[in-house]
Amino acid sequence: MTTTIPAPRTSYTPPKRRRVNWEKWGWLYMRVSGLFLVVLIFGHLFVNLVAGNGVRAIDFAFVAGKWADPFWVVWDTLLLWLALIHGANGMRTITNDYAHNPLLRRLILLAILASTVVLLVLGTLVIYTFDPCPANAVAGSLPDFCPVK
Amino acid sequence: MSTATLEGTSSAAPEVPSFTVTLIVRRYDPDVDAEPYWQDFDLQMYGTDRVLDALHKIKWEVDGSLSFRRSCAHGVCGSDAMRINGRNRLACKTLLKDLDISKPIYVEAIKGLPLEKDLIVNMDPFFESFKAVQPFLIASSKPDKERLQSVAQRERFDDTTKCILCAACTSSCPVFWTDGQYFGPAAIVNAHRFIFDSRDEGAQVRLDILNDKEGVWRCRTTFNCTDACPRGIEVTKAISEVKQAILKGNPNKVDIVLG
Ligand code: HEM
Repeated sequence: MTTTIPAPRTSYTPPKRRRVNWEKWGWLYMRVSGLFLVVLIFGHLFVNLVAGNGVRAIDFAFVAGKWADPFWVVWDTLLLWLALIHGANGMRTITNDYAHNPLLRRLILLAILASTVVLLVLGTLVIYTFDPCPANAVAGSLPDFCPVK
Repeated sequence: MSTATLEGTSSAAPEVPSFTVTLIVRRYDPDVDAEPYWQDFDLQMYGTDRVLDALHKIKWEVDGSLSFRRSCAHGVCGSDAMRINGRNRLACKTLLKDLDISKPIYVEAIKGLPLEKDLIVNMDPFFESFKAVQPFLIASSKPDKERLQSVAQRERFDDTTKCILCAACTSSCPVFWTDGQYFGPAAIVNAHRFIFDSRDEGAQVRLDILNDKEGVWRCRTTFNCTDACPRGIEVTKAISEVKQAILKGNPNKVDIVLG
């Protein structure tokens, strides 16, 4: 004797799959970038606030000195990109959790995206085009460590 | 005539301590009330009584209109999950004397599901999520005898077999409160029960379902679910094992997360 049992509850249709699973990669990114950020953030804080003369060492010359060294240029670029995208993705998660109104949610997500892109572009621009002693500066406006022309 | 007792022992059991306790219950009758409201009840209860006994006392002796679900009343059926002093508990497994009875005890319906009346919520969305993970054995073979499994293979998913679908975990989850689309801990626990079952062949289907926008990635590891589970299931751990199974593409590659 044979009985055929129909597949139980086959009504579930899997959700439409997007090419990239943002939810999974976002989750993974938070953890991987978090690992890097521990080193980058605490290294940054230690060098700026504790090492040498401590917090009193920070001035224009200190920043100029750091960015004259490719090591700190790479460090700060990594910190900028990893932390900003990490923070933005975190804000995206919180928005998805709490913004019920679909229109409001879209607006907030767009605002987060826009501000992140602007900050990334501006930050990267500053790190790579920073010149403490520009050639065509007004006389007297330059810090005293610049070579006198 | 007295009942037979052991020689030398008293037939009277030691007296159970009695005390007055205030229960503040969140009431709501959709036909009358625009909004839920809190109502106080002062009750004379005993040290052996549970929150469920207090609710019975209200319903049977004070106000018969009080509505709540309960069936077995002994922590097996999973009907009487409710928020007791802000934590999700089964009323039938919570002794009054284990709560701070010098203060009022707040009892309200579980959160995140549509409130129907007093302590009763509509459980349909909860069971929809449960159904969506296909909580039944999927196997292609048709054996003549039972499907064999080693003790270790059975042990692998033992914890998640204990679920009684009371919804205490899912309705304690902050993500579920604000985002009703999230599958929720209970559905993931019941998917875990089959994903890690060596006899089952549908793991990939369930992992795909839970790898969704509203799937396991919404879990923020707040551990509310683990605290709420009346069966002591390590819910957050089960969810993290499902996450790992998705990342590694295969449940057999998941290291057992130490509890
Ligand atoms: C020490 C370095 C850091 C580590 C290890 C770290 C780690 C993490 C992890 C693992 C998450 C995910 C939590 C979850 O999914 O439940 C997270 C979330 C988040 N992070 Fe970080 N993070 C760090 C630094 C930062 C910084 C510098 C910012 C700001 C720019 C930031 C902003 C956020 C935000 C907004 C969230 C979302 C909050 C939430 O999910 O509730 N984090 N972080």
